[in-house]
Amino acid sequence: MTTNTKTTSLRIRRSTVGSVVRYVILTAVGIFLAYPLFWMLGSAFKYNADIFGNINILPPVDRWTFANFPIAWQLSRSNTMLFYYINTLRFLIPSIIFTVISCTITAYAVARFNFPGKKIVFTAIIVTLLMPGIAFTIPIFILFTNLGLVNTFAALYIQDIFAVNSFFIFMVIQFLRTVPRELDEASYIDGCSPLQTLWYILAPVLRPVVITVALLSFIWGMNAFQGPLIFLNTPERRVLAVAMRGLMQDEMAVQFGAVFAAATMALLPTLAIFFGCSKFFVESVASSGAKE
Amino acid sequence: MALQKAKATKATKTKSKIKKRMVMAPLMMLIPWFLGMAFFRVYPIFLSFWYSLTNFPLLGERTFIGLDNFRQIFLNDTTFHASAIATLRYVFFGTPMVLAAALFIAFVLNFKLKGVNIFRTAYYVPSILGGNVAVSILWVQMFRNNGLINSAINNFNNATPEFANIPIVFWLTSETWAPFTLMLLSAWQFGSVMLIFLAALQNVSPSLYEAASIDGAKGWRQFRSITLPIITPVVLFNAVNVLLRHFQEFNSAFLVTSGGPNQSTLFFSLYIYDMAFQRLQMGYASALTWISLAAIGVFTLILFFSSKYWVHYND
Repeated sequence: MTTNTKTTSLRIRRSTVGSVVRYVILTAVGIFLAYPLFWMLGSAFKYNADIFGNINILPPVDRWTFANFPIAWQLSRSNTMLFYYINTLRFLIPSIIFTVISCTITAYAVARFNFPGKKIVFTAIIVTLLMPGIAFTIPIFILFTNLGLVNTFAALYIQDIFAVNSFFIFMVIQFLRTVPRELDEASYIDGCSPLQTLWYILAPVLRPVVITVALLSFIWGMNAFQGPLIFLNTPERRVLAVAMRGLMQDEMAVQFGAVFAAATMALLPTLAIFFGCSKFFVESVASSGAKE
Repeated sequence: MALQKAKATKATKTKSKIKKRMVMAPLMMLIPWFLGMAFFRVYPIFLSFWYSLTNFPLLGERTFIGLDNFRQIFLNDTTFHASAIATLRYVFFGTPMVLAAALFIAFVLNFKLKGVNIFRTAYYVPSILGGNVAVSILWVQMFRNNGLINSAINNFNNATPEFANIPIVFWLTSETWAPFTLMLLSAWQFGSVMLIFLAALQNVSPSLYEAASIDGAKGWRQFRSITLPIITPVVLFNAVNVLLRHFQEFNSAFLVTSGGPNQSTLFFSLYIYDMAFQRLQMGYASALTWISLAAIGVFTLILFFSSKYWVHYND
C-alpha cells in the first residue's frame, strides 16, 4: 500500500517536472518566434537613435514618438500606403471571388459525380499540386504579353477563373468527403439541379471550408511578391508588396523608425484576419495533412 | 391500372433523365477547370520545353538552336554552377532543419497542458506572415552587420568583459553565414508543418503507449519505436512539401540577400528570374527552368521511392 502511494506520488512529481520542462521549452521557442515581431512593433515608436545598440522591445519611457507613422504612410514620393493597399485589393478581391467559385464547383464535380475520365481528372489535380509554379511563369508571361494582359491587374487573377489552384480544389474535395451524400440525393428527389443542390443544400454545409479558402487566398495574396513584380511594371499599378521594396533601397531605408512603422502597417491586415478567424486556419492546416 | 403504369413510365423517364444529367452536369462544371488546365498548365509546359531549345530574346527573333542552351549551361555557365550549389545547400540543410524543429515542437505540444491552444495559434503566426515583404525587411534589420543581433552581441561583450568575447557574425555579408540566415528565416516559419505533425500525433491511439509502457518502453525509446513509425506517412507528406517550397524559394533570397554575397544565395528561382525578366533571355531561362524541374522531380521521386523502406502504412 505504502509503496503504491509512493510510486503514484513519484509519478505525479515526475509528470509535473515534465510539464515544467515542456512549458520552459514552449516559452523559449515562443520568444524566439515572437521577439522579432514585437521588436518591429516597438521600434515603430522609437527615435532612430534608440533602435539599435540595445535589444529592448519598447522605447525608453520618455522617448516615445508617433512621428514614424506619417512618414511611413507616405510610402513613396508620389503615393501613400492607401494607394498601394487599394492596388493590392484590385487584383486580390477578384482573385478571391473567382478562386472560391471555380474551385468549389470543380471540387463538387469531382467529389460527387461519376463520369468517364474521373480518375484522370483527379490525378491531374494531384499532379498539378506538386508542379512547381516556376514551370509556367515564362510561357504565361509571353502568352499574356501577346494578349495585352501584362501590366493589367487581370494578369494576376484571370487564371483563377479557371480553377488553377489545385490545393484549394483538393481541400474542398476532402471536406466534401465528410458530407453525407444523402443530402444531395434528397435534393435531387425534390427536383433540384446539380448546381441548385450545390447552391442551396451544400453551400451552407461547405461554409467553413469556403471561408478557409477565401482567408488563405487573401493572406497569400497579401504576401504575393513575384507575380506582381513580373506582371505589373508601372508605378501606377504597383502593389503594396512591391512598393515596400523601396524601404530597402531609397533614402527611406535609413529612417529606421519609419521602416518599422511601414512594416507594421503592412502586416496589420494579415494579422487582424488571422486573429479574427484563427480557428479556421489552425483546423484547416491540421486536417490537410492528417487526411492524407 | 393504366394510371399506375403511366406513373411508372414517368418515374423511369425522370430517373433516366436524372441519370443522363448526372453524367452531363459534372462535365459541364469541369469546363472552366479543363480550359485552365489546357491553357495555363499543359500548353505552357510544352511551350516552355520548345522555348528551351531556342535562342529567344524577348524583343528579338526566336531561332531554334537544339540543345545549345543546355550545353552552355552545363559546360560553361559558372553562375549556374554557383546557383545549383546554393539551391542544393539550402534544400539539403534547410529541409531537415524545418522538419526537425516542427516535429520536436509538435512532440512537446502533444501533451495535456494548459494553454496548448494558445501556443498552437501563436506558433502559426510566422507561417502566415512568412512570405511577406515586411518580414524580409525585418530580417535585414535584425541581421545587418550593425543590426539587432550584432548590437546585442556587442552589448553583451561590453557588459561582461571577463568572459571570452563573442565574435560579431556577418550574417548577411559572409558566404558562410548568409545561406544559414535564410534557412533560419525558413525555420522561423515552421508553424504550418508543426500543426500537421501535431494532428498526426494526436491521432496516435493512447492504447499503443500503454502497451509500450507495460513492455518497459519509455521516453525517447517510446517515441522512436511507437510514435515515429506511426506518423511516417505524415513525415513523407511534410518532407515533400518543404522540399518543394525550398526548391522554389524566391522572396527571402531576392529581398534579404539579393542572391549574394558572391552568389551564395542565388537560388534557381532567382537566377531564372534574372535571366528571364532582367536579361530577357526567354530561351535560356526556359532551359534553366527545365533543369530546375528535373532536379525537383528527381528529388521528389527519390523521396517517394525511398518511402517504401521507411514509411509504414497500417492497412
